[in-house]
Amino acid sequence: MWKTHGWRDVRLGIKDLMLHKLRSLLTMLGVIFGVASVIAMLAVGEGASRQALDQIRRLGSRNIILTSVKPVADEGGQPNRNSFMSVYGLLEDDFLRIRETIAWIQRVVPVRLIRKMAALGERSLELRVVGTTPDWFTLVRRPVIAGRILGPNDDDQSNMVCILTERGARRLLATKSVLGQKIRLGGSVFEVIGIVASAEAGGAVQAPDQNVDVYIPLSASLSRYGRRITYRTSGTRELEQVELHQILVEVTEEQYVEEVARALEAMLQRFHKKTDVKISIPLTLLRQAEATKRTFNIVLGSIAGISLLVGGIGIMNIMLASVTERTREIGIRRAIGARRGQIVMQFLIETVVLSGLGGVIGIGVGFLIPLAISRLSGLPTQVPLYGLALSFGISVLIGIVFGLYPAIRAANLHPIDALRHE
Amino acid sequence: MPPLIPQQPPVDPETIIRFEHVEKIYRMGDHEVRALDDVSLAISPGRFLAVMGASGSGKSTLMNLLGCLDKPTAGRYLLENRDVAGLDDNALSALRLRRIGFIFQSFNLIPQLTVRENIELPMFYLDRDSATGNRRALELAELVGLSDRLDHRPAQLSGGQQQRVAIARALANDPVIILADEPTGNLDSKTGRQIMELLVRCNAAGKTIVMVTHESRLAAYAQARLHMSDGRVDRVEEGA
Ligand SMILES: Nc1ncnc2c1ncn2[C@@H]1O[C@H](COP(=O)(O)OP(=O)(O)OP(=O)(O)O)[C@@H](O)[C@H]1O
Ligand SMILES: [Mg+2]
Repeated sequence: MWKTHGWRDVRLGIKDLMLHKLRSLLTMLGVIFGVASVIAMLAVGEGASRQALDQIRRLGSRNIILTSVKPVADEGGQPNRNSFMSVYGLLEDDFLRIRETIAWIQRVVPVRLIRKMAALGERSLELRVVGTTPDWFTLVRRPVIAGRILGPNDDDQSNMVCILTERGARRLLATKSVLGQKIRLGGSVFEVIGIVASAEAGGAVQAPDQNVDVYIPLSASLSRYGRRITYRTSGTRELEQVELHQILVEVTEEQYVEEVARALEAMLQRFHKKTDVKISIPLTLLRQAEATKRTFNIVLGSIAGISLLVGGIGIMNIMLASVTERTREIGIRRAIGARRGQIVMQFLIETVVLSGLGGVIGIGVGFLIPLAISRLSGLPTQVPLYGLALSFGISVLIGIVFGLYPAIRAANLHPIDALRHE
Repeated sequence: MPPLIPQQPPVDPETIIRFEHVEKIYRMGDHEVRALDDVSLAISPGRFLAVMGASGSGKSTLMNLLGCLDKPTAGRYLLENRDVAGLDDNALSALRLRRIGFIFQSFNLIPQLTVRENIELPMFYLDRDSATGNRRALELAELVGLSDRLDHRPAQLSGGQQQRVAIARALANDPVIILADEPTGNLDSKTGRQIMELLVRCNAAGKTIVMVTHESRLAAYAQARLHMSDGRVDRVEEGA
């Protein structure tokens, strides 16, 4: 009994809409802007949060990063014997203690950072000399391009060997064959034994100039350069004693990260009188970023929902006017023999075509807005696929929801009254 | 052909339309209008009947009931020996779609559709494919002499032409009954006569026709004239 005419109904609906092009377009505007704003907001939100998440993820969700920080001057109560020297931060002992006593740890990597002038023949360049252990290369996943990375013996025997990054090597040695060259770092000479790939931009385990890092065994760093480091900052000379700048801790499973972090904190509190170590946990940052993203999405979703609601009400308004305007037509169709259901379908198809078309145009516009934002402000944007499906689905749903009432009203008109309508 | 018998419906099964003591009462608050008051009549297939009477005598009300656009308040209406009273809205729609063609005083074409699409409309609701609908529209446009106007819109046609389109549309579903409520009311007398001639041709082709008119000159085209006053059937005149 409930036969539908399929495409013929849709064609008829489109034809009726084409008769009132301006009105149809104005009616659609609500949906167009609603959908466009949904997509634009999703794209900006998705882009921003993806960037943040990527950065955090690159730190490694199973890692915990301990960083030495200079304590506030009046803190700690134990004044340094030498007033020009500040002694603070992580110690080699901390590294050993962590490795020996804390459970669920995959690997621990100490990091010591010293700036030195590197010289090779006539060329010289300031490099950051990273004193570390072989595990570093596993932890930061830096592939070897040539030669080899540090081995256990290098650290045990304080071998005078170093590893360059690809870019550092190119800048320092130009075309010469790299491996086996002697390089002067500050007052000591090291042999280049390998080259690793440069980090991608934004690789955040280290400070931004890691592309010109050079890696040496930690033991060599400690024995060759001593534990004191001299910094020159704006003319004044500042002396610091820092054994380790960072300790990177990789936990065996993500689920133990927080527990390990608590254990590390307790340990640091016991052995460090001053607050001179900062703990950062990428996983926590990741969770926070994800929670922020969810909140963000809910807020954006509500705003977009309101604009779509406004669009829907616009459609309903126009369709109610259209029903009144076309009362006579409804009467004629009913007299000819159209069933109520067919009148409902006719009006419903019109609103769904209207809102669906508005949705499609809105998606188009919604693609252009993030593009323009990226072009103009440099913010990353990303239109999520689910956003497209969602906003198109919602606009069709709006057509059905807000079209149903006018359609049913049209169908429930008594045919005689409808025919008599002027 | 058996005569039309008012008041006393015949037992003769050879009737296409039979009213038995039909009443139609419009209630407006506590006020009620008795638009049809105990109307009984029988119409045999193939008749051409004119309905006449003063304004407000219930002619249009009678036509609406005949056309299954409305149901009687009391009494029985048998269309092709089927009682219409028990039918729901969908079934009444189906009856209109398959058995009845309407012609109105004000033409009632759908303004945004072309002549072709207006004629095709019943075929559309009958779910015929568009090729069949097209062929039928062409055939009927030829019949009413408008085959060169198929792609025009109603507003581009004269009143007489519009009414011819309406007749073509009323014929599209090949109905058994054609109901025309003052089909020439908005037309000059010459055009009115052309319309009447078309109706006569339809009647000759076997359609039962009931037509409301005020003009006795036009009523003379019919085989019988039914006079109404105050919702009652006054008398029936036989003969052309
Ligand atoms: N929907 C309605 N509600 C209330 N009263 C109605 C309704 N339709 C018709 N009537 C009343 O019923 C009576 C008959 O009306 P009807 O339209 O059948 O007259 P008519 O014979 O067709 O008149 P005319 O020649 O002017 O068209 C009138 O008194 C009219 O006021
Ligand atoms: Mg009337």
